[in-house]
Amino acid sequence: MADFRESIFSLRKGKFDIQMVDGGSGPDLLYLHGEHGFSGWAPFLDSLAETFHVYAPAHPGVAESVGLEELDDLWDLVLFYEELMTALGIEGAAVIGHSYGGMVAAELAAHRKGLVSQMALVSSLGLWLDESPTLDFFTLTPSEEARAFWFDPECQAAKSTFVMPDDPEARQEAMIERAKTLSSIGKFIWPIPDRGLPKRAHRIEAPTLLVWGDSDAVVPPEYAEAFRTLIPGAELDIIDNCGHLPQYERPERFVISVGSFLSR
Amino acid sequence: MKISYFHLMPYQDLPRDFETKYRSAWVDLPNEHFDPEKGGQYYRDYIAQLQHADSLGFDGICVNEHHCNAYGLMPSPNLMASILTQTTSNAALIVLGNSLALYQPPLRVAEEMAMLDIMSGGRLVAGFPVGTSMDTTFSYGQVPLQLRERHSEAHDLIMKSWSERKPFAFNGKYTKLRYVNIWPRPLQQPHPPVWIPGSGSLETWDWVLNRNYVYCYLSYFGYQRAEKVVQGYWNTVAERGIDDNPHRFGFLQLVCVSETDEQAERDYAEHVKYFYQKMLWIYPPFAEAPGYRSIYSMRKSVRAQTGKEAAKAALEMGWKDYVEKGHVIAGSPSTVREQLTDAVKRLRIGHLMCLLHIGSMPDEIARKNTELFAKEVMPGMKGIFSEYEDPWWPQALNKPAAAPVVG
Repeated sequence: MADFRESIFSLRKGKFDIQMVDGGSGPDLLYLHGEHGFSGWAPFLDSLAETFHVYAPAHPGVAESVGLEELDDLWDLVLFYEELMTALGIEGAAVIGHSYGGMVAAELAAHRKGLVSQMALVSSLGLWLDESPTLDFFTLTPSEEARAFWFDPECQAAKSTFVMPDDPEARQEAMIERAKTLSSIGKFIWPIPDRGLPKRAHRIEAPTLLVWGDSDAVVPPEYAEAFRTLIPGAELDIIDNCGHLPQYERPERFVISVGSFLSR
Repeated sequence: MKISYFHLMPYQDLPRDFETKYRSAWVDLPNEHFDPEKGGQYYRDYIAQLQHADSLGFDGICVNEHHCNAYGLMPSPNLMASILTQTTSNAALIVLGNSLALYQPPLRVAEEMAMLDIMSGGRLVAGFPVGTSMDTTFSYGQVPLQLRERHSEAHDLIMKSWSERKPFAFNGKYTKLRYVNIWPRPLQQPHPPVWIPGSGSLETWDWVLNRNYVYCYLSYFGYQRAEKVVQGYWNTVAERGIDDNPHRFGFLQLVCVSETDEQAERDYAEHVKYFYQKMLWIYPPFAEAPGYRSIYSMRKSVRAQTGKEAAKAALEMGWKDYVEKGHVIAGSPSTVREQLTDAVKRLRIGHLMCLLHIGSMPDEIARKNTELFAKEVMPGMKGIFSEYEDPWWPQALNKPAAAPVVG
């Protein structure tokens, strides 16, 4: 396992305290998590850390990260992440964004040339297709979540990742944590995760890889096609027998795909 | 104390197997199940029932706002109240209320309520609920995390628009207006009484007490279940050194009156069951969008009453349970009077709101309930808490009925 550290990174004189993990050696890589929340030094990050120095923050309002009340809209959010990258000294890093994190990554790449060197958008939100709506994951019960997010809800990863504890007290706390994550992210995507990215996507110059599970029931693969149309030169990698969480359900396949693209 | 007649205006014709086929009476129940012909008849019946309540001497009549549902057909309570300004004469018009975060600019609420106040001769009570999660976050797409801040800002704008006599600028986070200058303005001075319905969230109590408003707990699970929450409210009042005038508090109770306890079951059981089984059939995630309640309230385990509790009540309970647990206060006039008086005293209810049309009650059954209540129950109760003044009531209606003319 690569060496990594857990830290709280302070920004804007303490208005933001951002929980993050970072570690590994190589070019800088920023990972932005999705609506499942912050899961620390996950196995796929550890694999990526063999060739990158990986930074994985929790979004404001998620886990221990504070400062969400400073952000009113997407513009505030983009500027916050630009400042964070500058403060970390990782302007020009490669960025992986999953689902909601993908939407943020795409906005950062569209915002300023050179801020993002290369980008992998994984099962990414940020667009809306009337004929193929994204799943309303704000309304899922825990058992519905388990079914919706995986190709195989019985797989080992599904049974060990983002699982609600049985103990009532721990479960209550996990439910509160879940609501906190969803409400924080919801500030920027409720009720529909389209904040005008199609108007800005033409500005994206970072080489982009789109990674999708072929059975993503949350952000259906039609969205991969839509992103490919919008982002000049974007490449597409569809992972077989995989749901909305390729980095957890098919981690080896995911790391090979993303790692080799971002190493080019 | 004041006793008011509360109406939800429910849709009465949901299919018998509705709750096995659909997950919710709210948000995503297809409106193919709404028959506009029948809907028109319900509106006519319900408006007449509110007028009937006025003529029977209820202190107030209450309308309320709900969206995208079969539970309450009043997306615009102001339309209903508007009719009542012209067709009632004695009762306070309690609009409970307008969900402020849903209006942009929220000045529309200030204007319409001013119209209602003037048109009714100063009988308006202005209710400013946050609104249920189903109504606000799902049906009207409000961002859950911003809902309460939006509501609070809209409230500030409305109150200022009612009190300022010169145009002013309002630079809010959600609403920006260069010229705020409402025409007309309300008749009641400095403004109509303000009531805030809530479901037990702790922040709301402080918010209400900071502004000296009435807090209303609208419960469908009766006074026994509500007692703990209501005690929390009165404890907060005491801790803050505020007087315990019962009129600081409003409470909704389902009531069914008949000739005897047994006859009450025969008259009303089916309709009450329709209410709990169908009207409160709400998909639990709709009852609480992530961020609708604060983390603080979640940790305090104050639950929205439209969630799992409601589903449980819908599925597992029958008439005897509803009555025994006090969800519904039902029976002969003396049974009802005794229990309701007990509830009023235990919870210190200065403003009692009674739901007397419940679920699928046809017009004649609702009228029977209303009349028996007004004639056999209400007169024995109105004197409770008469030693307290009620500054949260339209002052035009607070004056003694037969004040002697001096001079």
